[in-house]
Amino acid sequence: MEKFVRREGLVAPLDRANVDTDAIIPKQFLKSIKRTGFGPNLFDQWRYLDHGEPGMDNAKRPLNPDFVLNRPRYRGATVLLARDNFGCGSSREHAPWALLDYGFQAVIAPGFADIFFNNCFKNGLLPIVLPADVVDKLFREVEATPGYRLAVDLENQSVTTPDGEEFRFNVDPFRKHCLVNGLDEIGLTLQHADRIRAFEDKRRAEQPWLFE
Amino acid sequence: MTAKTLYDKLWDSHLVRQEPDGTALVYIDRHLVHEVTSPQAFEGLKLAGRKPWRKDSIVATADHNTPTHDWDKGIRDPISRTQVETLDANIREVGAKAYFPFRDTHQGIVHVIGPEHGATLPGMTVVCGDSHTSTHGAFAALAFGIGTSEVEHVLATQCLVMKKARAMQVAVEGKLGRGVTAKDIALAVIGRIGTAGGTGYAIELVGSAIRALSMEGRMTVCNMAIEAGARAGMVAVDETTIDYLRGRQFAPRGELWDRAVAYWLTLRSDAGANFDKVVALDAAEIKPQVTWGTSPEMVTTVDGKVPDPAQISDPVKREGAERALKYMGLAPDTPIAEIRPDKIFIGSCTNSRIEDLRAAAAIVKGKRVAASIKLALVVPGSGLVKRQAEQEGLDRIFTEAGFEWREPGCSMCLAMNDDRLEPGERCASTSNRNFEGRQGAGGRTHLVSPEMAAAAAIAGHFVDVRKLV
Ligand code: SF4
Repeated sequence: MEKFVRREGLVAPLDRANVDTDAIIPKQFLKSIKRTGFGPNLFDQWRYLDHGEPGMDNAKRPLNPDFVLNRPRYRGATVLLARDNFGCGSSREHAPWALLDYGFQAVIAPGFADIFFNNCFKNGLLPIVLPADVVDKLFREVEATPGYRLAVDLENQSVTTPDGEEFRFNVDPFRKHCLVNGLDEIGLTLQHADRIRAFEDKRRAEQPWLFE
Repeated sequence: MTAKTLYDKLWDSHLVRQEPDGTALVYIDRHLVHEVTSPQAFEGLKLAGRKPWRKDSIVATADHNTPTHDWDKGIRDPISRTQVETLDANIREVGAKAYFPFRDTHQGIVHVIGPEHGATLPGMTVVCGDSHTSTHGAFAALAFGIGTSEVEHVLATQCLVMKKARAMQVAVEGKLGRGVTAKDIALAVIGRIGTAGGTGYAIELVGSAIRALSMEGRMTVCNMAIEAGARAGMVAVDETTIDYLRGRQFAPRGELWDRAVAYWLTLRSDAGANFDKVVALDAAEIKPQVTWGTSPEMVTTVDGKVPDPAQISDPVKREGAERALKYMGLAPDTPIAEIRPDKIFIGSCTNSRIEDLRAAAAIVKGKRVAASIKLALVVPGSGLVKRQAEQEGLDRIFTEAGFEWREPGCSMCLAMNDDRLEPGERCASTSNRNFEGRQGAGGRTHLVSPEMAAAAAIAGHFVDVRKLV
């Protein structure tokens, strides 16, 4: 996984609450057995006017001009500004894969659904929780200011606006450590293989029916 | 000793190690696997040259992509077929305690087949790359959905890295009215606390109304815990749990059974255990529920009306409601009873078990599906459910009324196979998600209980099922 220390980029605002993972990447694209290539179908049913299916040439499909990511001023955005309960619904990791594949590196919202939040960290996409009033303010600024960019500093746990205003965010120390160093979580866990084996032996002795 | 919640007990008994900041390594007993969220995990494992830690923890099936008719013709969609064949190949290579592939007589929805084979047992940690894994919490298991990276992590280490959630108690006391079901409890809870109300919590459902539910009903309620934002829902062990498990294929037997039962009966919250949040509902006040919008919290009672967004003061909520009504093609203040579905779907891991089918059949028996209904589908949750229903003659009750009786699978719950809504079509569905496009692009979903779906099929519009039972 790529290290995430400090990133800076154009912000796109997605002004709706409860954006679910079916909306982020519709199910027909879940048939893939790969981790990549989901970007062109991110928010597929909002982004295009026709119905998308795997295997279509997305470059030839009619874009929905009203959808925010299709507006030229947000082209190349790497920070997604969102509303509460972003990523609710299914556990599909295709959702963060699609956001990353599209080019997003961080998502800012007042709240995220649990599984999505977890899945982001495993893939180097940083979900940032900021208070609702701060997110509101950022929405107003993004919409009022073409070319609006934010700097996201994971080491320092801060988001900085073009005016130099800084907002701090919380992040779990273990997750931060993994992201900042680009660590493989499985490798880290396997350092404790002996502990796992000892636990398993004890469990087998106490509840043998679990190991039949 | 301090009083513990059921969640505390399950958590503590699976803790391999813990960092000072609370980050913990949690041992996983049961790993359920299906075709959609596993291929990238198996591939990752192989690429890293790692071996699965404990293959006998794996129970796998193909359910999301599989067709529900013409099984002899195989899977026609080549991409779906590749995914199912990839699972076949991965299980062949890695091994499993049990695999129920496409067309196997025991195949079915992963959350239906786990419990019915006794592969889900009290006191276990149960995970699956699927958010509705919360279903298995009905057995006092700590059960939750995970992403594909975590699937790989469990394959490789038999553990997950996680932090303990907070504990919420949802107490439902009293007696449910006739015609009011576990599904209505679930939707009423979500209506109360919202789809993010359970975020960061593990929910334990308690109270006389929960204890009075069958295991099927408890599974329905726990299934929907994720729709309230909670990763896990759970119910304490009692005689209903033990009775359900006795004699199941993978349940212990003989002396081990007795030992297991003695342990399982300790899986309940101690008196005076502390919950971070408590929500109470009066069962007698719960009415049949119908969702009107594009999130499960957009729900009201069958005798209610679609809300008027103009009356909603919170601007984010108002805008959400406006957007939902536009998508759903509904005018503010429309009485729920005037909403006319085009299609009926009885199925999904929420409501496709034998009791669900019995309850729906009881409504349908001797009647005909309304002429305005384009398609009424019954999709049993598993091969075993299907056969049981056929032995009881339920299939004939449905088909004589004009329903289609299909092969098991997820089907129109998420429409990855060819069972789906066309744009603009409206569905009374016993599934768990009414998100935009969930049942097909442009499709409009109203979540209801099996009884309510059956009644809507007959009447051609939603009706208060309490008047029929
Ligand atoms: S029935 Fe629906 S919710 Fe349940 S596992 Fe299948 S797709 Fe998911």
